[in-house]
Formats: sequence, C-alpha cells, structure tokens
Amino acid sequence: MRFSEAWLREWVDPPLDTQALADQLSLSGLEVDALEPAAPAFSGVVVGHVQAVEPHPDAAKLRVCQVDTGDGELLGIVCGAANVAAGQRVPVATVGARLPRDFKIKRAKLRGVESHGMICSAAELGLAESAEGIMVLPGDAPVGEDLRAWMALDDQCIELDLTPDRADCLSVAGVARDVGVLNRVDVRAPRMAPVPPAIDAAVPVELTAPSACPRYLCRVVRGVDLRAPTSLWMQERLRRSGLRPLGIAVDVTNYVLLELGQPMHAFDLARVDGGITVRLARDGETLALLNGETATLRADTLVIADRAKALALAGIMGGADSSVGPGTCDILLESAFFAPAAIAGKARSYGLHTDSSHRFERGVDPTGCARAMERATALLLAAGGGEPGPVVAAAAADQLPEPPAIALRRRRIEQVLGLGFEDAAVTDILGRLGMQLTATDDGWQAVPPASRFDIQLEVDVIAELGRVHGYDRIPVTHARSAAVTRAPLEMAYDPARSRRLLLDRGWFEAVTYSFVSPELMRLVDPDQTPLALANPLSAELSVMRTSLWPGLLQALRQNLARQQSRVRLFEAGLRFRPDGEDLHQEPMLAGAAVGPVLPEQWGAPGRETDFFDVKADVEALLAVAGCAEAVRFEHAEHPALHPGQCARLERNGDALGWVGAIHPSLAAQLDLPATVQLFELATAGLGGGPRPAFDALSKFPSIRRDLAIVVDANVTFETLRHVVQAAAGDLLREVVLFDVYVGEKVDSSRKSMALGLILQDVSQTLTDDDVAAVVKRVLAALRRDTGAELRA
Amino acid sequence: MSDGNATDLDALHRAALAAIAAAGDLTALDSVRVEYLGKQGRLTAQLKSLGTLPKTERPAAGQAINRVKAELQAAVEARKAELEQAGLTARLATERIDVTLPGRGQRIGAAHPVTRTLERIDQLFANAGFSVEEGPEVEDDYHNFEALNIPAHHPARAMHDTFYFPDGRLLRTHTSPVQIRVMEHREPPFRVIAPGRVYRCDSDLTHTPMFHQVEGFLVDEQATFADLKGVLYDFLRNFFEDDALKLRFRPSYFPFTEPSAEVDVQCVKCGGSGCRVCKQSGWLEVLGCGMIHPAVLGHVDIDAERWLGYAFGMGVERLAMLRYGIDDIRLYFENDLRFLRQFA
Repeated sequence: MRFSEAWLREWVDPPLDTQALADQLSLSGLEVDALEPAAPAFSGVVVGHVQAVEPHPDAAKLRVCQVDTGDGELLGIVCGAANVAAGQRVPVATVGARLPRDFKIKRAKLRGVESHGMICSAAELGLAESAEGIMVLPGDAPVGEDLRAWMALDDQCIELDLTPDRADCLSVAGVARDVGVLNRVDVRAPRMAPVPPAIDAAVPVELTAPSACPRYLCRVVRGVDLRAPTSLWMQERLRRSGLRPLGIAVDVTNYVLLELGQPMHAFDLARVDGGITVRLARDGETLALLNGETATLRADTLVIADRAKALALAGIMGGADSSVGPGTCDILLESAFFAPAAIAGKARSYGLHTDSSHRFERGVDPTGCARAMERATALLLAAGGGEPGPVVAAAAADQLPEPPAIALRRRRIEQVLGLGFEDAAVTDILGRLGMQLTATDDGWQAVPPASRFDIQLEVDVIAELGRVHGYDRIPVTHARSAAVTRAPLEMAYDPARSRRLLLDRGWFEAVTYSFVSPELMRLVDPDQTPLALANPLSAELSVMRTSLWPGLLQALRQNLARQQSRVRLFEAGLRFRPDGEDLHQEPMLAGAAVGPVLPEQWGAPGRETDFFDVKADVEALLAVAGCAEAVRFEHAEHPALHPGQCARLERNGDALGWVGAIHPSLAAQLDLPATVQLFELATAGLGGGPRPAFDALSKFPSIRRDLAIVVDANVTFETLRHVVQAAAGDLLREVVLFDVYVGEKVDSSRKSMALGLILQDVSQTLTDDDVAAVVKRVLAALRRDTGAELRA
Repeated sequence: MSDGNATDLDALHRAALAAIAAAGDLTALDSVRVEYLGKQGRLTAQLKSLGTLPKTERPAAGQAINRVKAELQAAVEARKAELEQAGLTARLATERIDVTLPGRGQRIGAAHPVTRTLERIDQLFANAGFSVEEGPEVEDDYHNFEALNIPAHHPARAMHDTFYFPDGRLLRTHTSPVQIRVMEHREPPFRVIAPGRVYRCDSDLTHTPMFHQVEGFLVDEQATFADLKGVLYDFLRNFFEDDALKLRFRPSYFPFTEPSAEVDVQCVKCGGSGCRVCKQSGWLEVLGCGMIHPAVLGHVDIDAERWLGYAFGMGVERLAMLRYGIDDIRLYFENDLRFLRQFA
C-alpha cells in the first residue's frame, strides 16, 4: 500500500513530522517499507503561459516560444517538443533553475537563437519515468506560480508493507483510522454526499451464489466523456501511489480503491446484455481478460455475467469485451462484496494477482460498497460529466459476514499481556478503533467494525490494546515456569559431543543441501529410490538424499578444485529413505576424507589417510557414544565402497553404518582420487550403552605374554580375539595387537600377527605355572580354530 | 724423623690437592684418587708406615694423616661434583631445541558457523530451562500449516514458498510444526526449543532454498507477553554479549500467534547510528514471536482458557551473519575450507 502523506493528512493530521509518523506506523504494526519524496529536488520552475510559437529560423525540429511567466515580460524559449502549442500552461525552468540530477538552467544560444529557460517534460521534472513532449498543465494553472508549491510536490510517498491480516489498511481511510487511534486525534473524512439519480436507467442484478457474493451494487452512468483528462490532482495522487493514469473511468475506480479500499469495476454498458448475474462459472467456459489473455474457467470460480456470457472474473479482473474504451459513453459501475473464502487462491490459480484480488481475498468492508459507489459516481461526473441512474443493490442479508460480539474480560487483558489497563483506556482505544462496546460484569462486549476481519476472538481485541498502547511499553518480566526441564539422559547419544570429537580430531563441519542431483544420488546409492520434489528449484537439487555422501563428495571435489590438498568434511543431518508408503527420516553422521593423514608438518611422515585412520575416528565416536564394545565391524559390500576395504557396522544385528574407501569406479566417475575414505553412521543406533559400573582394582600385578603367530591371510583379528578371549578365561584383562606382518618372511597366503596377552587375577599374584597354563590353552585353541602356528 | 714425616705429609697433601684440581675429567680424577687414597695409594702407604714410628709419636702422626685423608676425600668429591655439573651443562647445551617449531600431530578442524551458532542458542535456552526437541523435515500439510492456523488459501501461505512432493507432503517451511508435534504427545506445562533445517522454494542473493531456524515455546498456566519479552531480552543480550542491548517489539502477524511481534535489536554493527548492515535504520530484525493462538492450542486439545503460551522463532543464518560479520548467505552451503577454517 502506497499513498502520499498529504493525502493521509487530509484525513487525519497528527502533530508529528514525517519521520515520526513513519516510525509510529512501523511500531504499530503497519511497517513503513519506504519513504520517498513525491518529486526529486528541483527549484526555479514556474507555471508559464505559452503566448506564441514560431519556427526556429535554422532548425526544423526546434521552435521558439514566447512564454509569459508572470513577471510582465515574455521570455523567448527554444523548445524541441512537438506538442508545444500557443495557449498552453507549461512548467518553465527559468534561468538559474536547478532541475533533478543537478541540472542547472543557464541562458543559452540554440542554433543562434537565445533561450531564456526551458519548458519541461514530466520526465525532466522526475514526475514520470518517460515522457513524450512537454508537460501540459491545466488551463487554470496560475501563471508565474512556483510549480512545486502549486502541485504540492513537497510531499512524501509512504509505502507500507502490510501483513495479510491488515487488509483494512489497504486504503487511505483505513490507515487514517489507525493513525487517529494511535494519536488520539479525530479523523475527518472528506464529504461524500450521495449523488441523486438523474435518470431511471438501471440493470437488474441476480445473485445465484449468495455465499460467495452476498452484496452487489451497480449503477448506470450515461453520457460520460471518456476523452476528458483526469484532473491533475487525481493524477498526482494516483502517481504518488504508484499508478499511472489510464483514463477517467479506470482512474476514478483506482482512486476509490486507494481512498476507501473498495475495489470497483466499470463496464461498457453497451456490452452488457440484459442484466447482471453473479454466478459460478461453467467448467470450461472461457473469458478474454483485460490483460490480453484468455482464461478457461473452472466451476469453483465466481464470475460476473450477463444473460449470455461471463463478463469478468469476480473480484479479480474484468473481461476485455466489456471493458470501457475510447468509444464508450455509457458506463455500468460495480461495487460489490465478494467473500474472502470465494476469492482466496483463485487469482493465483489463474496466474493472476491484482489490487482487487489482493483486497478481496483478505477481506473488504462489506458495509462500504454504497459509500464507494457514491464517491465514484461523484468523481466520475466531475471528471467526465454524464447522468447517473439509481444505485441497484442486491443483497443476501443472511450471507453477509456479521462481526462477532466478543466478550472481553478485564482480568484476561492482564493475563495475556502482563499489563493491566484502566477501563477508560480500554474504552477510548477500542472506541476509536470503531468497536461497539457494551459494559458487562467482568468487562465488555466488543463488536469490531466490519472492516476488521482479523478481530474474531477475545485475544484479538487484547492484541489491539497492546498494539495501540505500544509493545515497547509492556513491561519485561521474568516468571517462573512450572515446566520441568527435561535434561538428556546420561547415556543418550550426544550429537554435540560427537561433533566436537570430530572437530578435535581434525575434521571440518559441512552443511550441504538435503536435496541433491538424482544422477549423483544414483551413483552413490543405486539401491534406493529417492523421494523426488514436485517443484524443485533445479534438477541439481531435485531428490531428497538417501545418504549424506553425495553432498560431502561434491564439497570434497569443490575444495580439491580450490587447491586444498587435505580435506576432511563431516556432516550431521537427516537422510530420507522411502519404504513403501513410509518414509524414514533418519539422523546420520557422515564424513569424507582425502589427503595426508596429518596436515603438512615437520618431523612426521606424510602419509595418505587410509581406512584405519578413519576407522579410528569412527571408533572414537563409538567410544564417546558409550557403545564401542557393542559394535562389530564386518566385511561387507556397498556399491559406493571398495569391495575389499569396506566395513559394515552392526550393533545387536542392526545395521549402524559403513566405513570404507571409495569404490575406484565411483571415484573415477566423480573425478575424485581413489584414496577418499568415507563413513556414515545412523546416530539413532548410537548411545544407550551401559552406564559405567565400578570394578574393584586388583592389588596384584599383571603379567604380559607376547605371542607371534602365523595364520591364513583371511583369518580376521576379530576371530583371533574371540578365540583368545574364550580360551584364556577370566584371567585375561586385555589382548593387544602390536604387529601385523605380511611379506617375505611368511608364506604368501599367510600373515603374522603379534598379540600381547595381559593377565591378572583379583585374589592372588599369578605364578609362572598359572600363566603357562593360560598360554598353552590359548595356543591350542588358536591352532584348533584358526590353524595358527607359533611363528618360528 | 717426625719433622721429616710431617714435611713429607705436607708435600703429599699439596701435591694431591694440585692433582685433584688439575684433573680434567672424572677418569683423571679417579686416577688421582687411586694414586693417593687407593689401597696402594701414597697416603695409604704413610698410614702403613706408622708402625715404624715410636709409640709416643704414632697417635699424633696418625691423626695428621687421617686429617689429610679426609681433606683429600672432600676435595675429590667437590671436584667430582664440579666436573659432573660441567658435564651436565655441556650436555644440556647440545640438547637445546627450537621451541618455536610447531607442535606435531593432528590439528583441530572447525565447526560450521551455523552449527556453532545453533549450539550457542541451544545452550542459552537450556540455561533458561528449555529442552531441545526435533521433528521431521518432510512434513505434512496439517503440521506445517493447518494446525498452525494457516488453512488452505490463507494469504500467509503465499509468504511460504513451499517445496512439495507429488503426494502432497512438503518440506517444512519453518520449525513451528515441532510445536504441534510436541503438544500432541505431551501434557503441559512445557518449555521447548526446536532447532533445525527449513526449506523455501527461493534462491537469490539473499535467500537459499535451505536454512535453519530455532523455534521456542512455553505453555503454562501463567505466561504473558511481558514474560515473553523477558525471555527474549535475556536471550538476545546474552547472545550478543551486551547487557545494554536495546530491543524493539513491533506488532506483526503470524497466524499461529496473537498478539504477534517482530523483534529488532539495535544494530550490532553501528550501535544504532545507521550503517549499511541495518540499511541506515539503526535496527536489525532478528526474530518473530507472540502468544500462542488459541486455535493452535485447540488443534492439540489443550484448554486455551487454562493454558497460555508464547512462541518465538529465529533464523540462525541471520544471527550468525550478524555475530560473525558474514555478508553472503550463499557461503554457508559452499563448504569452502577457507570459509570453515575461520570458525574453529
């Protein structure tokens, strides 16, 4: 909503300067988005009267004008505009004038003829984007008068960014009411007397969809001169509201829309066949619209029709056929109320958005149709003459929205706002807002004005009290709440702890989009069918990720392209896995790393990050999550991972995630090094481990025995550990793996593994015999179950 | 004879002291010790020769020899300590390192500024007794709109450019649906914050299709707009670490709160005098809030007569931008290490 300050002040004139008024509007919920001068700065421009126009002796396109600027002497001014003519009143920038963009007017010779100033176009004065020819002022413009003063250009355009509930402020009248309330000053509406009919002409109206259109007013005006220019003051007000003049019929209806908030429409009466019917469209019915397009209508759409055809999309846009044009002389004016529910979403569904639909879908005052009709009639007659018929009013009274009678309890005001109000303050504020108040035992009954669709409940009335009083004047208090603070469980998974662990171990945290390219998703996780967006921004961001790896791999690649040689990124976020009708939205923690295991430094070998480096980080994650013991790493295959360097993590048989090197073919397809290491964990499966339970410390020394054994290459450490643990029994405290050897000194199908067994008893010092017995049992079991031999 | 012995002892004493002082290392010192004090040493020989003296002279001569012996032993010990100290000093000199060399091993990574900010927000509200809840990002229309008092065709929907799925589900446009999900399953009173990702079908210089919000709400038998102001004053002043930070509450509109407000803080860049960051207004809009609308409580069967509540929501990227001076929202999702490294 954009309007000029002067227009508003005609309705209500609080003792505030422009900035204070704008701040007050913003702080009352009518946010001022822009405050712009009605005209750029210029000076020295006066109203001139062109007395004579002569051709320039040496230039075909130039003319020499004699202009009276009121100081008794005619000024000779050279003018290049084709439309300049004797008798016109025009804006004249006299010598010494300053025009916008700091353009100074000096005496000048144009092709040998002296020019004492410049006749200006609207564009040169900053009053239009572009202009053809000079600006011609009305014939009653006072010669010699300063143009700025005469056109009242020292005005500001105020642009409000209104919230959808405040449709009542989509008009000067509505804003004026709020300004009156905020300043406790009275609003003075311009006089709008009814215009008595001069002729009998009328068209009948039938409402066949009364819930969608419970009130429809129309009026015939015959013999309007549509070629008459719109008066300068109206043009200026429209311009300051961001509208261009489009002829008196449209200008008048636009003016009333801005002034009173009532959208109106003007039909060419000659194109209306018989009467007006407000009805729902027939499916497939077509209507050529004012914007040049043809809409194919649906049966849920309300139209204004005559006996034969649809004339307009009700409350949205008029039709091309029945629109007023240069040949129109008889007009049918419409002023109606369309229910918000009937209009909401309709304009959008036809790809339209108009000032009219914007207002009707938010709610237009259903009691304002008649006043707007009278106002428009008067303005139209003043501009173009003509004879009005009587106002034809059709209404379905039982379908008109009835403002609710709201019980407002005195104590509830304080319960909601934390601030009590004096009764007199309540009645003053609500009264000025146009509410009908009746005192009750514990407060009031309030009936809001019909324009306030947003006030339905007691709390809406309370909100108004708070708003008008000022939110900043509501105290700041600290109440105790009875709500119990729910702290996380001690052994629950702590995402912040995990993130910090990774940060401390040299990882960087990434946040990537939850939607990715379907091609990339398919490469990484071909077994899943991702959920696709119906309206993606682009194909690159069109399916919901089923794994966090695509985003991380992309980020990895971009960083490598930016000369980063060592990249370790992790991300915490949801993955989205469709499962029949269900969708699993699972929190994941995933990472991708490439490059040296340590940042480049002195004194440490530069080694590429490998599987076991990332596994160590994953093990640390499991350890801080309290479930290191419960999770198994097992050889498995994943389409994105190297089949020989890939572990699936399981906890009690449930899949928990993956660790592995990227599959070389995937790396090649993504143009990534084959040394990329990946991990992904479903964090819902982490945490929940056993709480630490104290175990008495043994007073007796521990004894260590080292065994170097040779086993087949495919025997896993996990297997060895299980066998050792089972065979060693209670005395075993820990098995340490301190070397793995594959090479010349053992058979090529075998490997050597060096295990340290740490033994300890809680009740005595172990003897050599005790230890020898354990070692013997362990070796026998290893030999039997894994084919292990003691290394020679 | 005795005079002659005494003279010999003096000479021996002097010679031994000179030899001890001259010993340049521990080996040489030990040779001197053996030469004079060893079993075959010269002083030992003097002791052995005591027997040749007349009985009356023996005690005095013995004492004299033992005194010299003690002095020599002390001199050897002292010299030994000296030599050891010198040796240690020399070794320490060779073991000197350049302490300005960087430490070895893993270096820390860096948090994402959004997460870093989210954690601070979580922490500040946890201190105020709020607990953290999360909800799904693929939502249904009911939780994202309907239950929040935003029916179909409500003009407020136009403010949410929503990503839809073919079956009508959608990506949540705000974290407010968590309010509904918590209230559906729990009995008041409660005090919750819900951080998370949200999505809007919009991408330009100042919008990314995904961003983060934190929703917070409280439902209790007593809860006022004034209390809501209290919670937000505390939070914002703590967040910006400025106990005198000015706040401004402007009436606004959200379908799920009434009354509703937008909260501005005094520009944290210019202190309110007007700058590029605050577009010369001196104020920065940082969050939206209000008293929970009775219709929202009604949707989850909470008696709006007995229970009152407030709710607030904030954009995390925006707060992080203000806190860390980040000037381009798109940087958040490029995951450039040169960017991330700045938030260690």
